[in-house]
Order: sequence, then C-alpha cells, then structure tokens
Amino acid sequence: MSKPIVATTSLAGCFGCHMSVLDIDDRILELIELVEFNKSPINDIKKFTKKCDIGLIEGGCANSENVHVLKDFREHCKILISLGECAIMGGLPAMRNGIPVRECLEEAYLNGLTVAGNTGKIIPNDPELPMLLDKVYPCHEVVKIDYFLPGCPPRADLIWDALVALITGDEMKLPYEVIKFD
Amino acid sequence: MKNTITKTIAKYHKDKTRLMDILIDTQEELGYIPKEAISQIAEDLHMSEVDVEQTISFYHFFSFQPTGKYSIYLNNSVVAVMMGRKEVASTFEQELGIKFGQVTADGLAGLFETSCIGMNDQEPAAIINNMVFTRLTPFRVKEIVRDIKEGKPVVDMFRASFGDGKNASELIRSVVSNNIRKIGPVLDPFYKPGEAIKKIIKMKPEEVIEEIKRSSIRGRGGAGFPTGLKWEFCRKIEADKKYIFCNADEGEPGTFKDRVILTELPRLIMEGMVVAGYAVGATEGILYIRFEYKYLERYLENILQKAREKNYLGKDIGGKKGFNFDIRIQFGAGAYVCGEESALIESAEGKRGEPRDRPPFPVRRGYFDMPTVVNNVETLCSAVKVILNGGEWYKSFGTTESTGTKLLSISGDCRFPGVYEVDWGFSINDMLEMVGAVNSEVQAVQVGGPSGALIGPNEFNRILGYEDLATGGSLIIFGKHRDLLTDVVLNFTEFFIEESCGSCSTCRIVPTILMKKLKKILNARGVAQDIEDMTEWGKILRASRCGLGQTAANPILSSIKNFRHLYEEKVQKNKTFDSGFDLNAAVLESCEATNRIPNI
Repeated sequence: MSKPIVATTSLAGCFGCHMSVLDIDDRILELIELVEFNKSPINDIKKFTKKCDIGLIEGGCANSENVHVLKDFREHCKILISLGECAIMGGLPAMRNGIPVRECLEEAYLNGLTVAGNTGKIIPNDPELPMLLDKVYPCHEVVKIDYFLPGCPPRADLIWDALVALITGDEMKLPYEVIKFD
Repeated sequence: MKNTITKTIAKYHKDKTRLMDILIDTQEELGYIPKEAISQIAEDLHMSEVDVEQTISFYHFFSFQPTGKYSIYLNNSVVAVMMGRKEVASTFEQELGIKFGQVTADGLAGLFETSCIGMNDQEPAAIINNMVFTRLTPFRVKEIVRDIKEGKPVVDMFRASFGDGKNASELIRSVVSNNIRKIGPVLDPFYKPGEAIKKIIKMKPEEVIEEIKRSSIRGRGGAGFPTGLKWEFCRKIEADKKYIFCNADEGEPGTFKDRVILTELPRLIMEGMVVAGYAVGATEGILYIRFEYKYLERYLENILQKAREKNYLGKDIGGKKGFNFDIRIQFGAGAYVCGEESALIESAEGKRGEPRDRPPFPVRRGYFDMPTVVNNVETLCSAVKVILNGGEWYKSFGTTESTGTKLLSISGDCRFPGVYEVDWGFSINDMLEMVGAVNSEVQAVQVGGPSGALIGPNEFNRILGYEDLATGGSLIIFGKHRDLLTDVVLNFTEFFIEESCGSCSTCRIVPTILMKKLKKILNARGVAQDIEDMTEWGKILRASRCGLGQTAANPILSSIKNFRHLYEEKVQKNKTFDSGFDLNAAVLESCEATNRIPNI
C-alpha cells in the first residue's frame, strides 16, 4: 500500500501549531517514513498536486482567501483536522468578532495611535487583496471538519499520537496529561 | 436634576434595597438614567456605581440613553405579528422617520421593541409612556404620531371609549379590555371583600393551612407545587420576620389573566395575601407586578389605601390583636426571568433579577434571607375561595390530581380571545369549541406559552391538568395558514434569547446556536443532521439553573417532536452536510467599508 498523503496549512493562525508539529523532534524522521507530504508550508509545496488523505488546518477563516484555501483542502483531503484553538473556535483573531469590521479597519489604518504616514487616509482596497469577513469563523462553520485537536498549540505528542492512530487505524491514547489544559 | 433625584432617594428613605423604585422614578422623570444620576444614586445609597449600572443594564425599560419624550414600545410577540404588527411597525417608522431602537433627532419620540406585554387578546399593542394602546392599525398609528407631534399628553390621546369594567374607572382610564368570557369561583363578580379575613381571625393559623391542604390546591404559575405544603413549611420555620410575595410578573407570552384579576378583583388578591400572611405568620406582603401593568398603579395604590382605612391591612387586622400585615407594590422593569420566584425576590431587593441557586428555597431563605412564600396571583385568589367555602367544596371542581379551576388566557386564531375560567380536566377540543375556533382550521395549539408544548390535532383530546398538560394558562391557537416555524418557533426562540439573564452558559449560548440552525433550515441550507443536532443539543439546557433556561429549547424540541414534517420538508435531500456559510454575505460589510466590489 502506498503511504498516506498529508497536507497542512495555516489560515488565520500564528504558525504556532506548525511549530508544534516540528516539536515532534526526531520523530519527524519516523513521520516521513510513515507519510508523504503534499501541499504544506513544511515542504513549501504551494499547490495540491494530487488527492490527499489527511489535511491539518491551523487557524480560522478571517478573509476570503482563507475560505478558498479551506474549501480547496476539503476538496482534496479525505479527512480534515482542525488543529488548535484558532481553527476550532477562532482563537485570538476572533477577538475582533464583537467589533464591526469598519471600526476595526478604521482603527488599524486611520485612527489608531500608531498610525503614521497614511496621509491619503486610505484603507487598503486593492482588488488583489483578500476581502475581510464580517467575523472570524471557526473552520467547522465553513466546511465539514472530521476531527479536532485542541490546544494552543496542541502538544506535539497529541499531534503525533493522532496522526499515528489515524494512519495505523489503532485507537488513540488519550492520557490525562493530554486532555488537561491548565 | 440633582434635586429631583435627591427627592426620589429621600422618598425611599435612602434604602438601597429600593433601588428598583428609585430607578423607575428616575427613568420616568428624566426619560433615561444619565451618568450623573448614577453617580449621585451610588453616592447617596453608599453603593458602587457599577452596582447601580448592573441593575440598570439588566432591565429592558431602563435606559442609559434618552428614550424620547414619548417612548414607544411596540410588542413583538407571536400574536402581535399574527394580528398585523408588521404594517403597524412600518407605519411607526415611516411617520416618525426613524428605525426601531432610535430616537428622533429632536428627542421627541423613541421607538423600541419589547417582548409580550400581556395584551395578546387585543394585539397589536404598544406601551407609550406607561399607557397601553391596543388594537393598533396603521391608521391609528398615524393619529398617534400626529398627537405626538402636537405634544399632546398621552392620557389625552385616546379616541375610542375606554375598556370594559374597571378599565374605564377614573384611576385607570385605559383602552385595555378585560375580555372575560367565562367566570367561575375565582372570577365570581359577587365576591365580597373582607369575608375571608373575618373568617380566618376566628381560626388558628394551623387550621387555615389545614383547610388549604384539604383543597389540594397547587401553584397556578405552572410548576404546581402544593400550596398548603408551601405555607406549612414556612409556618414551621422560626424567624424574626416572614414575607408573602404575590407574583404578578406574568411574562410568559400569551398570558394575561393576572392583568384581568388585577383590574377587576384586586381586593381578592390582597385578601389572599392577608390570608397567607396570617397562615404563615408573615407581617409584610409584596405585590410584584410587571412593569407593563404600570398603568394600574394609581388604581391599585388607592385600593391598598382604602383597605388600610377599613382595617383589612395594617395593625390588628379585623380587630385581632397582634395580627399585623401590610402590602407594598413593587414594580418590575421589564424582565421575563423575574417571574421565577428567586429572581423575583432578587429584583425586589433592588438587584439584577438573576435566579438564585436552590436550595435553599425561598420558604427557608427568601426576601432578605427570611422565610418567604411566593404565590401566583391566581393561587392566592383561589385560596380565599377555599377559606370561604371549604376545601371539600373546592375539590368538587376539576380532577383528582388537579383540583379547582384554572384561568386560561386564550389568544390567536379564534373568534373570542380572552380570559376563561374552566375546571381543570378541560380538553383542548372543548376549549377550541368554546373560543369559537373551527377545529378543522386549527393547525396547532401552544399550551403553556413558549416554555410549554406545541401540539397538533392528533393530541387535541388531551386535557389541561397537572396529570397531562400542565399550564400556567396561556393557550395560543394557530390556524392552518400560519407558518409555524418562521412565525412561531423562531419568534419564541428569539424571545428566550432576549430574556436570558446570562448567568448559565447553557442558556446564554445554546438557544442562539439552535436559532442559527433553525434559520439555516429556513434558508433552505439545512440537512437532516441539523434536526438531529437540535434534538440532541437542546437537552443540554436542562443543566440550567432556572425554568427559563431549562425550557428555552422547548419551542424547537416540541415542534420537532410534533411537527417533524415541517422540518423535513425544508432540509436538503441530496446533501449530508452543509455548514450554511455564505461567503457573499460574509464579505459584504468589509467591502462596503473599503468601497470594493466583492469579487468572489
């Protein structure tokens, strides 16, 4: 049987969850024995070149680009996993959800104390730029998500165990340390 | 302003537990409660400003911003919508040139939404500066707005005759109608005030409780706790002071029977409170009335005064040495959850009306932590009749499990909406015939308000009673032409979201999630799984602290149970998953803010 194919991405996240993937340390050598990576920042493949088995999503959806990428993942991956708080419930970026988008933009580009040099009083609006969503959405409010790995970031061991369990089809071990968060 | 507030605070003896009254008066005098007023109230009552603010923010009829010289609160309940609220609402907006939630630029009028105001039998209705306007039409709205622009006082704005019965009396002068359609022992117009008091003072308190227990009467608010038992518990607890609360905070959409009793038989309520006071050994009674019935204030205060003059209230009542009992009226300020007994007590203490953890129950630790009996208006009225005629007589009405009669507030698609007093054990079929609803044209009946059950024709043979369909008395009839999911279930769910006090995360969050699911289904984006999800997730609400939270999913759960086909018709057959996410809608706001054309 050919190796399962994994893809990863970071949407509105901080790449902390990807750092945590790297935190599996030397097991990464084992991992590349177990799986093949496709689209992912880890190997810098920018576009899907084939159908994948597992997609790891870091971060929620804050703009139209995030939504397109997420939908692309859903299309190409058999199993999608929300990795970390931002993907699961919006996380820190979702702190703007209580504030109207217009106010956010005006604070960031016009009225904020640290705004300097925006003499033309312009809020960036180039058609090339992704469009902000009215709020930050967790991934499962946009597409179907199959599994959720909580944590900020999820512990490397949790990510490792989850991937191994998925690939081998064994039941996942969930010891107390893995599911306590304080 | 400073002087008015000083006067108001002095009127309530600088007592911070009377904060509700102080805020109600301030709101009425100034039209809102400004920052400076909050500072002054906090300082004079030796409270922190946030303590004052948190009470203000809890209640619907308190406002931090001006609400206009004329504050218009238009009811948005289900029946109002059924009776043409939409046209009335848009006429108000057009004529005043503002949207709901706004005040005109000149500060003349403010337009706001409000939950059910207890006028379901005469909708659409609105409250303008504490006066109730019923049976509104677009034409009538135009008249009202013209009067507002001319600066007419609200009391001079009526153009029709006043309502029936006491509604027309000098101290009420309201267009509200009683609509009493069927009378029984409680609504008996030949009731003579004071007879029960004369009788009990010759009895021992324990004998009074025995008589009540013999009648097997149960609480009429809906939960049905045996009244005699409640009184006995309270009687047996040793305490320096005990209290009787009469709960006239009927906020369950569709309920208006207390309004009718308060209007026609206020002396019966007061006598009931005196009887309860005598039985449990309480010296003070508090009649807690929802703010929406503030138009009855002068009338009720006058009746209390007359009762004191006749020695039905006050010291040595009826000449009985040491039998002291007096009643004060406490108005709420717009919060459905205050109908829950412990929230009611919190509110009467001047705080946010958040339900307490129980136990201890109020009979042990209630108002100011003293033993307190909280009874529904109707329970107290029935108790008087039990004393006058005996428990055995009372048991001759109703069924074995549910003795006596029940006042029903019936509204919706029928010829004769109003208040009916019937024996317990009455079937829905009989009820429909009684109110002039054509059985074959009825799609559903909501029994017990939003927190109750929505039932269909195959269950119309069920009976009203604690053994079958327990109800606080609200019955709303929906004809075949109504869209149950949009007009009823969604409206009720929004009501629960609006009225949640926010204490329990279950009640604060789950109804909103359920509402989103429901809207998704209504927008044709639902899938079969969504129906399952709602059924399962709704169960989580049982973990809430009070009845509001525990029943907040009932409109959805009970409609899925009894009208599942309505949901199944609307879900997508070819999909097993749809998040309902709409990218076009989600980018609209930012594109407007940046002057971009959405390019998806």
